[in-house]
Amino acid sequence: MPQTLHEIPPTPINTVNSANVKTGGWRAFKPVCDNSKCIKCWTCWKFCPDVSIAISEEGPVYDYDHCKGCGICAAECPVKCIQMVPENK
Amino acid sequence: MMAKLTIPEDEIMSPGHMGCLGCGATMAMRYVLKAAGRRTILSIPACCWAVMPGVWPNTCLQVPELYTPFETTGASAGGIRAALDALGKKDINVIGFAGDGGTADIGIQALSGAADRNDDILYIMYDNEAYMNTGIQRSGSTPIGAWTTTTPVGETDDWEKSPKKDMVSIMIAHRIPYVATATVGYPEDLIRKVKKALSIKGTKFIQIWAPCPTGWKMEPGLTVKITKEAVSCRAFNLLECENGVYKVTMKPQTTPLKDYLFKQGRFKHLPDDLIKELEKDLHMKYEDLLEMEKMTQARAAAREASKAPS
Repeated sequence: MPQTLHEIPPTPINTVNSANVKTGGWRAFKPVCDNSKCIKCWTCWKFCPDVSIAISEEGPVYDYDHCKGCGICAAECPVKCIQMVPENK
Repeated sequence: MMAKLTIPEDEIMSPGHMGCLGCGATMAMRYVLKAAGRRTILSIPACCWAVMPGVWPNTCLQVPELYTPFETTGASAGGIRAALDALGKKDINVIGFAGDGGTADIGIQALSGAADRNDDILYIMYDNEAYMNTGIQRSGSTPIGAWTTTTPVGETDDWEKSPKKDMVSIMIAHRIPYVATATVGYPEDLIRKVKKALSIKGTKFIQIWAPCPTGWKMEPGLTVKITKEAVSCRAFNLLECENGVYKVTMKPQTTPLKDYLFKQGRFKHLPDDLIKELEKDLHMKYEDLLEMEKMTQARAAAREASKAPS
């Protein structure tokens, strides 16, 4: 991120990885996975539009800094082990 | 890695992009980049993807991309390829990534020119069936009956009256080597088609059907479900056409059109008799496609047989 005017390039070139932009605040419903029921098919990982699901031995690991709570993972989970929980609870 | 994954694991699109909840276009980009790999240059015109990479200096794309004026995707992608050729760089994929408005309406002359020159590019049209980025105005790709802000539903029932522009047939008529359709609901199929397209020299065109929950007035979690239903109710057919030979790549059991339409707020106003008419029309189109597949494949086989030494 440039700090002074001289550090700004003459043409607008985007170079900073957007992972520092936290979009988790958009979320109204939070996906929570019951790992004991998870069959590790990674359908949730495959369909996540926000690249917010990581693969681990235990089950999906959510990146709540970026997850927007669209609910695709919960809708597509074949064993329905992902619940959408309201954020204000 | 213990997990058995059906699509490549490398994430070339980062989180933190500005796409809406459940955006189909972001999924399309994610899968296309997974298929194309990191040796890729993108050309993106004004469309949702012009704003989705993020506010300067952020970008969610870890490959170079060129923002171009609305109507120039085909020309600019061809230009990138010409520049790479001049530099002697051969192993780089050039992909034009435009929305349906930027392809079917505004960018069609540049795309047609690129196809005419047979520039070695892959053109991807992600089809969310209206100008979503500017606020849901109708485009040439908007289907009959849809509500948009410029085809409003009120006392006069001013909803979209003209049929969806058939970009696939238009591109096949250009006699380019590879034309295909895909949806984000079937990522394995999408990735296979992108990989196949990139292995072919010349202009390739893929139409990716990408739902827009915001513009279609539906639950964001339904994005994947609705794509699968669109394929099974024949609202969107998955096919590929290699050198004029058609192949319908997905032939699921038929489901009622009503189930698909009424999941979306943009179709809520449609009367029953019109839905029946639309359904008949879609089934007719699908049967035509199957006939086309049969005919072109038989002719290709006959040509192949006549070539073989007896």
